Amino acid sequence: MDGSFVALGDGLHRRVIAILAAQALREPSGLTREMSLESLGIDSLGMAEILFAIEEAFEVQVPFNANEPGATMDLSTVGAICDAVEALVAADRA
Amino acid sequence: MARRVAITGAGSVNALALDVPGTFAALTAGRVAIGPLEFEDVERLTVRIGGQIRDWDAEARHGRQELALYDRAVQFALEAGRQAVAQSGLSLTPDEALRAGVVMGTGGGGYTTIDDSYRAVLSQGKNRVHPFTIPRLMHAAAAAHLAMRHGLKGPAFTVSTACASSNHAMGQAFQMIRSGGADVMLAGGAEATLCFGGLKAWEGLRVMSPDGCRPFSADRNGMVQGEGAAVFVFEDWDRATARGARILAEVAGFAMTSDAGDIVMPDPDGAVRAMQGALEDAGMAPAEVGYINAHGTGTAVNDRSEAQAIRRVFAAPPPVSSTKSMHGHLLGAAGAVELLAVLLALGEGVIAPTAGWTTEDPEVLGLDVVPNVARRARVDAALSNAFAFGGLNACLALRRA
Repeated sequence: MDGSFVALGDGLHRRVIAILAAQALREPSGLTREMSLESLGIDSLGMAEILFAIEEAFEVQVPFNANEPGATMDLSTVGAICDAVEALVAADRA
Repeated sequence: MARRVAITGAGSVNALALDVPGTFAALTAGRVAIGPLEFEDVERLTVRIGGQIRDWDAEARHGRQELALYDRAVQFALEAGRQAVAQSGLSLTPDEALRAGVVMGTGGGGYTTIDDSYRAVLSQGKNRVHPFTIPRLMHAAAAAHLAMRHGLKGPAFTVSTACASSNHAMGQAFQMIRSGGADVMLAGGAEATLCFGGLKAWEGLRVMSPDGCRPFSADRNGMVQGEGAAVFVFEDWDRATARGARILAEVAGFAMTSDAGDIVMPDPDGAVRAMQGALEDAGMAPAEVGYINAHGTGTAVNDRSEAQAIRRVFAAPPPVSSTKSMHGHLLGAAGAVELLAVLLALGEGVIAPTAGWTTEDPEVLGLDVVPNVARRARVDAALSNAFAFGGLNACLALRRA
């Protein structure tokens, strides 16, 4: 799979990637920013578990309604989720 | 020859009204009873709307000893049962009572009792809960209390298949009378899960709407929960006619299927087989059906799957509506309260609307969802759908009496 590999030096992104990788039953090193959750085999229940894990880990609330995915934040790819969590954490600290 | 099954009584309490005439009026008016929820810790929820029953004065309805035993869901069931039995004019001899029973559906059982009890021992640090907590919270409590209240000594049990519970329950009651296993059955469902724990658990699935239930509308964004109960008197047709009872409708067919697929994602195939099975069981041609009460949760996946299924069963689909848009999704009591919309169509010639509808959705495949305004129509036969988590489907077919 093509695409830029996520910079592992970035702590927040690395933790998000670890959550996604655990859900996808893959090694974190195999995930790229461009990968879609669908391509990782993550379904709606998998998404619910990911959001639960992210909210627990970062003490944020991720706005997401399964009936209108993407309506509030783009959470469709690995990179989009990393950016979204970063924005939520930043907003929380502001 | 198989026996026929009449409905001779109906009772309900739900967010629209505390009786059947009031519910009929609200369904006819397209009135929405969904609003802000009121209970302890509601401010800690992200979704704070529901079809909650207001002004339920439990203390005025029940004495202290009864209240110690009756969860909110049981209170709803007993009032609905009282209304149904009163309407049917049912009176049982000691021998007849042995062939009379009750089947109720519930998803959560005594959910508020569980919530309150956990709060007491975990949050408030108490070391004991009320000694009747178990008989109060058990799923079978409503069926047991209805049997006790009305002296029903035959088959009595509860069915729990999540959001299809009461359709499965009514189907069991129907089959039992038709096969000769009983002559009279109370059947329906009761649910009271509008409490902090009940909704907190649902939040995680991210399928609930923060602002309203708009089934089959392109701007839908999820389900909204409700509470309440509906109970019906199912009766052997010949017995009902012999005693001169008013027959509200005939339960003509029933089918249940399983998707055997996914724990939350519906498969249209299971819904297709349930509707076809109910039609075959009733000896009913698709063209006879003048109304379908949809499961119609207002989630993207249900709407899409149910529309596909209806299109596969019906070459020319009849009007379809979801009254969850008005009273909310009563989970294990959904099919029971929604059977009122079927009785309204068959008995009064009024098709209840799908409220909250704003925008055509291509995924609804052009179905006539009776948007927002009730419609007069002569309906001779109708289906009522319930498609639960777990892929457990139950469909009832009814005829005008």
